[in-house]
This record gives sequence, structure tokens and C-alpha cells, in this order.
Amino acid sequence: MERIEVLKTYKIFIGGQFPRTESGRYYPLKLKNNMTVNVSLSSRKDYRNAVIAARGAFSGWSARAAFNRGQILYRIAEMLEGRKDQFLEELKQLGYTPAAAKKEVEQSIDRLVYYAGWCDKYQQLFSSVNPVATSHFNFSVPEPMGVVAILADESSALLGLVSVIAPAIAGGNTCIVLASESKPTCSITFAEVIATSDVPGGVVNIVTGSRKELHSHFSSHMDVNAIINCNTEKDFNKTIGENASLNVKRVFTWNRNWSDEKEQGPYYITDLQEIKTTWHPIENIGVSGIKY
Amino acid sequence: MAYDFRQSPVVDQVGIEERVARFNTRSIKKGSKVQALKLALNMIDLTTLEGKDTEGKVKQMCYKAMHPHLALPDLPTTAAVCVYPTMVKTAKEALKGSKVKVASVSTAFPSGNSTMQIKLLDTKLALDNGADEIDMVISRGEFLKGNYNFVFDEIAAIKDLTHKYNARLKVIFETGEISTLDNVRRASDIAIYAGADFIKTSTGKIGVAATMPVTLVMLDAIKDYYFKTGIQVGMKPAGGISTAKGALQYLVMLHETLGNAWLDNKWFRFGASSLANDLILQLEKEAKGVYYSKDYISVD
Repeated sequence: MERIEVLKTYKIFIGGQFPRTESGRYYPLKLKNNMTVNVSLSSRKDYRNAVIAARGAFSGWSARAAFNRGQILYRIAEMLEGRKDQFLEELKQLGYTPAAAKKEVEQSIDRLVYYAGWCDKYQQLFSSVNPVATSHFNFSVPEPMGVVAILADESSALLGLVSVIAPAIAGGNTCIVLASESKPTCSITFAEVIATSDVPGGVVNIVTGSRKELHSHFSSHMDVNAIINCNTEKDFNKTIGENASLNVKRVFTWNRNWSDEKEQGPYYITDLQEIKTTWHPIENIGVSGIKY
Repeated sequence: MAYDFRQSPVVDQVGIEERVARFNTRSIKKGSKVQALKLALNMIDLTTLEGKDTEGKVKQMCYKAMHPHLALPDLPTTAAVCVYPTMVKTAKEALKGSKVKVASVSTAFPSGNSTMQIKLLDTKLALDNGADEIDMVISRGEFLKGNYNFVFDEIAAIKDLTHKYNARLKVIFETGEISTLDNVRRASDIAIYAGADFIKTSTGKIGVAATMPVTLVMLDAIKDYYFKTGIQVGMKPAGGISTAKGALQYLVMLHETLGNAWLDNKWFRFGASSLANDLILQLEKEAKGVYYSKDYISVD
């Protein structure tokens, strides 16, 4: 008897688990092998649940030793490398040529390794000791913003996703990502990679669905601290900007060509940091009598 | 009234759970939701029962009880605050001029392991300090031994005392410790017949606190007693109810089991501390149309 292949149900990723959308809705996505995937059409309530998960995970994740965050990001890269073939196949089904698929996966892995290295280094580079006229020791350090909402790049199935998630979590933030609408399958498989990489549940949450439906909710939620849009729709950006003003969210439009090696760097991390300045009541901290 | 508590009705556990599952499918939206959220807020016994309680903490909580969230106009106060007997005076003073009641736990809360004499003194201390309501615990050990008369007598003795002070009596079973639904039903009958004004699920001090099935069994006991005597008894689930959604499900159950007459904080309370903020969060969402953040709500 011929065996029937078991196909994967593409669900969403919230709080380290893979629930179906609470709305029960889905949209069909035709693959190159003529199979159709029913992709979850997430609702604002899924987003709300994801924000609760991300907020819950924030204190633990941001308090992790920076070095440990680096280890975990590196672990994601390891896991991704191990499941390379699965991603190559999935990318082909989404219309990538074999060469383009290979490049997409390899660049994604490299990008994760790149940001893994930055986890315990950007603090030194972007912190400062500031000269002040009073008898204080005054210093500034970057601290994670909190919960970051991301509307991922529509044109890229994996690299666009990795290129925004990595700097966000490298800096100690937690995030909710709306995956590419036309290429969503890879994002859920990437969620499986994250789920097996020692990333605590809730640090990364991935939902699939309609940007048109969700962008206003992504930008209006009062418990979200920053929003990144990787796309160019003008109306959406206007709404996002207006909604973000409700709680003065930081708004970024990162419409980039992620396959360009230049589109990685510590500034992607520091965009999602707030600088905290401390006035410490002590004057002389060195034997030389130098005043900072 | 003669009543053999060994003859308390046995409970159909599967039936109870299925009934509860039904309550949880009700959809309450828009105007009714806002009304229900406000009602739930108005039914809260805002509680602090910790070894580390101080006068400052209690005063802070009393302020929160009177003004849950000033950013929203027309919010009700909570029903009461619930504190240890030693904090009653502080709470009473802080709540002066408001309608918020002061409830005090007593009878060697939370274990209830002490002599009758000490339990009476404990209760008297709270009442002398001005408590409007007493939350007593039953002796679970005696109950589990089958010594139902002991439990009945101790409730009756405390009731005697609270009655003199015109205070209302809530009786806590600690349903997580008496385990079975049959036991919950029996404890409910004992407490109701011994004169409880309210029956209450839990102390909030052990892992298993209020659940919907347990509460439904207790509501059924109240219903049977009401049909028999025409006397209303109140219900207070306590512990573990921290979300607005959960609170609304309790209200649905209350409404569909006992009806409109109980939809008032005279007859129903939530023993909770963090529930208030989640209700406020949802009320803000309804008022502003966007999901709200706890950053904008006072912690205590």
C-alpha cells in the first residue's frame, strides 16, 4: 500500500507554543508543487495574546547576561544550519530558485552569528562616561526598549525575518512579528527553530495574516514600545505614525535590501535601545584625582 | 431546623463540568461588557493578607479601593477591603466617608488550627476594631474526620458573636483541602444552616483556589436553601481569579444559577488583588478603543 505523506499544519507561534489563530480563519497559499497551504489569518486578539506573552517574557530576557543572549542567538544559527535542507525545499515551494534559496538560508545563518557576536559588545561601544560640572559620576548606558512590534519584509521569506528579529532580541527586547503575507511558511518553520534554541517562550512571537488588517492594531497597542515596518505602503505608514503617537512608540521604517551585507550592524541594535543616564553621587573614582 | 449533613446531595461531577463549559461559551460584548466589568469591579474584596503587611500598604490599598483608576470617570469603588484583624483600625480610618466595607479574616486564618476560645477572641478583636464583615475559616481537619457537628458549632458560635456586632459572616471552606465536590456541597450545607451570610471558597494561601465547578456546587447549595427557606446567602469565590474574562464567566454562572437578585455586591464578591487592574485594563480598552498597558495603572 502506498504511504500517504503527513503534511504540516502551519500554525502561529505565541509564548513558545504553536496555537491556531483564535479566530479560526485561514487563507489559502498555493505552492509551486500545486499543494495548497491553509495559512492562519491571525486576528487582533492573537496579536493581543502575543503582546501579553512578549511583555511577560521581557523582564527575564532583558535581565539575562548579555553573553548568554549571545550564546542563545548562536544556538539559533546552529539549529538553522541543521535544518537547512528543509528551508531550501520550503523556499523552492515559495518560488525561489535553488541558488537564491541557498543564498537566503546561508545569509540568514550568518546574520544570526553576526548579531550573536554583538550581544555583549554594543554596550561598551555605545555607553559613555560624561563630564559634568557637579560632583557626580555621570554615565549613560543603552537599555532595551521593551516590546517591539515588527511588520516583516514582504519580499523575503526568511532573511527579512531574521534581519529584524536578531537585532531586536540581541538587545534584550522581545518581539511580535507579522510574517510576509505571500511567503509565510518559512516563518513558522523558523519559529520551530527558535522553539528548540533555548530562547525563552514569548521572546519571539510570530503571527501570519494580513498587514492591511493588522497594521493599525500593531501600532495602536499601548503596551508596545516600538514598531518597525519593513514595507513601503504609504497609507499604512501614515496610520502607523498616527497610532504610535498614542503612547509615543518609536517608529522605524526599515525598507531595506536585506541581502546586502551592509544591512547589518550595531545601529540596528541601538535603534531599539533607550539611553539611560545615571548621576551617581561620587566624585573621585580614581587615584589620579581625575574628575569625570 | 433539623438537617442531617451526611444526607447532603451527592454531586454529579461530569454534569457540573459540562455545565461550566457551557458558561464559558457565552459572548458578552460592547455595552453589556462594560456594565459587567464595572459590576465585577464593584464586587471585589480588595485583599492583602501577608505577613509583611504594614499600615502604609493597607492605607494605599484603601485608596485604591475608593479610587480604582482616576483616569476613567464613573468607575465604582470596590465592595470592601479584606485585611488581618490588626489592620482593621487602619483600614476603617482610611475608608472613612466611603461606602467601602472593611472585612477581616479571623479564627486563626488561614489554617484555623486553634482553640475555640482563641478563635472567638480573634474575631472579637476584629469586630472591636470596627470590621463590617468577618471571613472565618472552618476546621478542615475536623470536617475531614467527619466531625460535622464540631464544624457546625464553631460556625454557629462565631455567627453569634458577629450577629451582636451587626457584622456579616463569610465562611471559608478552603475547597482545595476538602477536595471533592461532595465535600464542598456538604460544607456549604453545614455553613448555610449554621448561619453563614456568605460562603467562600478559599483562603488564597494554598495552590488550589477558587474554580468554577466548586463555585457552581456552592451556588447550587445556596439555590436549594433559598427555595426551601426564602433566605438569600451570598457567595465569594476567592483566589486565582485574576483576569476580567474569568470574572465575567463567574458572573454568567451566577446569573444563570441564582438570577438577577444576586447580581449585587451584597450577595456576590470576588476575593482578589490583581483582578482589579485587569478589569481596569479592559475598561480602558473599551473606552479608548485600543489595547491598553498596565504602565498607566497604579500597581497597588
